[in-house]
Amino acid sequence: MSAAISLESVSKRFAPAAPPVLADVDLRIAPGEFVCLLGASGCGKSTLLNLVAGLEAPSAGRVRVPAGRTAVMFQDHALFPWLTAGGNVQLALKARGVPRAERRAEAERLLALVRLPGRHDARVHALSGGMRQRVALARALAQDASVLLMDEPFAALDAITRDHLYAELTRIRLALGLTVVFVTHNAREAVRLGDRVVLLAARPGRIAREWTVDLPHPRRIESAAVAGLSAEIIDRLGEEVAGADV
Amino acid sequence: MSDTARRAAGRLAPVVALAAVLAVWQAAHALHLSAALPSLGEVAGDLAGAARDGTLLPSLGGSVLRTVVGFAASVAAGVPLGLACHRWTPVRVVCAPVLNALQALPAAALVPVATILLGGGSTAVYGVVLLGAVPSVAVGMLSAADQIPPLLRRAARTLGLTGARAAREVLLPAALPGVVAALRQGWTFGWRALMTAEVMNATPLTGIGSWLNRDKENGDIGGMLAAIAVVLAVGIAAESLVFRPIERRVLRARGLDAEQSRP
Repeated sequence: MSAAISLESVSKRFAPAAPPVLADVDLRIAPGEFVCLLGASGCGKSTLLNLVAGLEAPSAGRVRVPAGRTAVMFQDHALFPWLTAGGNVQLALKARGVPRAERRAEAERLLALVRLPGRHDARVHALSGGMRQRVALARALAQDASVLLMDEPFAALDAITRDHLYAELTRIRLALGLTVVFVTHNAREAVRLGDRVVLLAARPGRIAREWTVDLPHPRRIESAAVAGLSAEIIDRLGEEVAGADV
Repeated sequence: MSDTARRAAGRLAPVVALAAVLAVWQAAHALHLSAALPSLGEVAGDLAGAARDGTLLPSLGGSVLRTVVGFAASVAAGVPLGLACHRWTPVRVVCAPVLNALQALPAAALVPVATILLGGGSTAVYGVVLLGAVPSVAVGMLSAADQIPPLLRRAARTLGLTGARAAREVLLPAALPGVVAALRQGWTFGWRALMTAEVMNATPLTGIGSWLNRDKENGDIGGMLAAIAVVLAVGIAAESLVFRPIERRVLRARGLDAEQSRP
């Protein structure tokens, strides 16, 4: 099957003399697959995501995204504070050329999809952290990209809000058939969400191990199956961190 | 204090401040701290006299018109200059230190030079106003552009907004609070430079500066203080009728309004 995203022997250095942030990474992600990139701080997982997003260029190797356009969600919601919730979504629609007359209705539809019906005219600063991330998700969905790249999007939220958003994200990505690359340092979150968990080792960033998560949806973060696999991943993550002498 | 009471206090504060200044003035007059210091009543009388004899309105109009024209020209020159410094490092390396140095230069130092180079008339006055306001607008624009959060730039890029579209949809709105601050500072510097130029200029132009100058030559301290009161009033009017409302609107839309977000 053709890949939605493929990385071939990808390396990245930020300066010619600097040590590589990523070294020789090979990764193929299938259409519709949800891959979690897991690793400690500084292992290059965000850099890997930026390469796929086209925000950075690889120093060596090839990054291809045959699936086409990518949408990105950051840890900080990165919403434009001078626009309303709906205005943010509409700007993404405008950027991809949706005619003005259709934007408002489409923005309302997307906000309803992320369970924020009737919040079109809400100011960003008047929304809670979880609501802001929902708007950011709606804005990403407005790009109509088949690939969604997420850089620790829920890391700054409380556990209850996070749990809600896990369920929403799973529902939406299954319904829309999205390919998702999700960066996290939380093994449980990775097992709760992903079809596959890719563990990155640090210095230089490289793929240390992968797990296929063969658990049916809906999953619960406190279920024994999720906890069991994440314990195994956390042990392995611990070995990587210890080996890297941080 | 309740919200309403706090808001009312906020509105009254300038009035209280003005009353305090006037009270100190009147006390200084009553105590004869300076023999030449006239009473409030005398200055008010001089102001009314200036209004009657046709000094006030033409002077006010002339000075304000010159500042508006000078300010518009300064914006037209300073905004592109500041943005060019932001966009191209070589431009920044060459221009930014010069602009900062010019900003620190008092207008009074420029007037004699401008008078010789540009003649004694309004050209010299505009030259001083531009040298006062352009660096201020440009430096303000540069820092407004420098302070755009990098995350918002990245967000614009991931939405597929680049070039002029990114500038219009994201960069300008993101920089807007800084842009308003830059314009306000440009206006203030321009107004101050204009007053200096009008007072010191060789050929008197109809304006508050020459009014002040004439009263100085006549030894009319009451008239001079009346002219200064008008200068202050213009500054306060520009701030409270133009810049402060615009700033509040811009900040409120972003949830940054100090009065609104105070706990």
